[in-house]
Amino acid sequence: MTCKEFLALLDDLIDGTVPAETRSELQAHLGRCPHCEVVFNTTRKTIQIYRSHEIYELPSGIQERLHAAIMARCKKGC
Amino acid sequence: MPTIQSIAGQLEEHPDVALIAKVRAGDISAYDQLVRKYERQLFRIAQHITQNREDAEDVMQDAFLKAYEKLDQFQGNSKFYTWLVRIAVNESLMRLRKRRTGKMVSIDEDIETEEGSVPRDLADWAPDPEQNYNQSELAEILRKTIQGLPQGFRIVFVLRDVEGLSTEETAETLGLSIPAVKSRLLRARLQLRERLSRYFHRKKSPRETGIAK
Repeated sequence: MTCKEFLALLDDLIDGTVPAETRSELQAHLGRCPHCEVVFNTTRKTIQIYRSHEIYELPSGIQERLHAAIMARCKKGC
Repeated sequence: MPTIQSIAGQLEEHPDVALIAKVRAGDISAYDQLVRKYERQLFRIAQHITQNREDAEDVMQDAFLKAYEKLDQFQGNSKFYTWLVRIAVNESLMRLRKRRTGKMVSIDEDIETEEGSVPRDLADWAPDPEQNYNQSELAEILRKTIQGLPQGFRIVFVLRDVEGLSTEETAETLGLSIPAVKSRLLRARLQLRERLSRYFHRKKSPRETGIAK
């Protein structure tokens, strides 16, 4: 397996959607290619970091404003 | 009149379905529950697309109001959350169009077509690299990095990887084909990885450093 072929299946490997046979081929490639191993580990880490950190906090007071707007709309016609 | 089968069917359905039924029956507090459940996600999505806090607030409010008004049109065969996300994405793109009058805004913007290039950056990251920064520094790095992605990549990454939509749901929400979503997701992930490497790579000798400004 070449690095390019590995890369084409990188997302499926990260998302756990590769069949067992392909998975072992990909893992064999990882075992002998430090380059792809770095790419695989750091890409997985990238996703995990973005998933676990709130980078846009909900502004304070927005919930009350939203609730008031929905109530106002509701009074008009619900 | 509901039959025993239809009641049994409803019990297996997503918890949102019961809340929606309550809203339809006039229980506004049930809608509040749906809002509280999804407000963070909607605000994040709107902020990622519009890149503007005020716009994101407006989009979130408009999206929830629109969803409330159009609740009758909601088909129980799609998830309420993905339906809501679709409304928020459309509202966000409309807001961008208003800001950039005369300029077309679409999720196809800024997409170059080069495919499958193997990343060159070999630098490995420090273990738990995010611990080298405090919370606000890290948030700033993550914001700056994702804001630098082309819009069409950014939206796909946010919906798919941050908000947890499936490839199919992302494709449907954005009106893209599944291969297009897959291709954008891969490139988004690789670009983010490469950009984050500036901050997260293992410390090198002084001669090798100097990538990050």
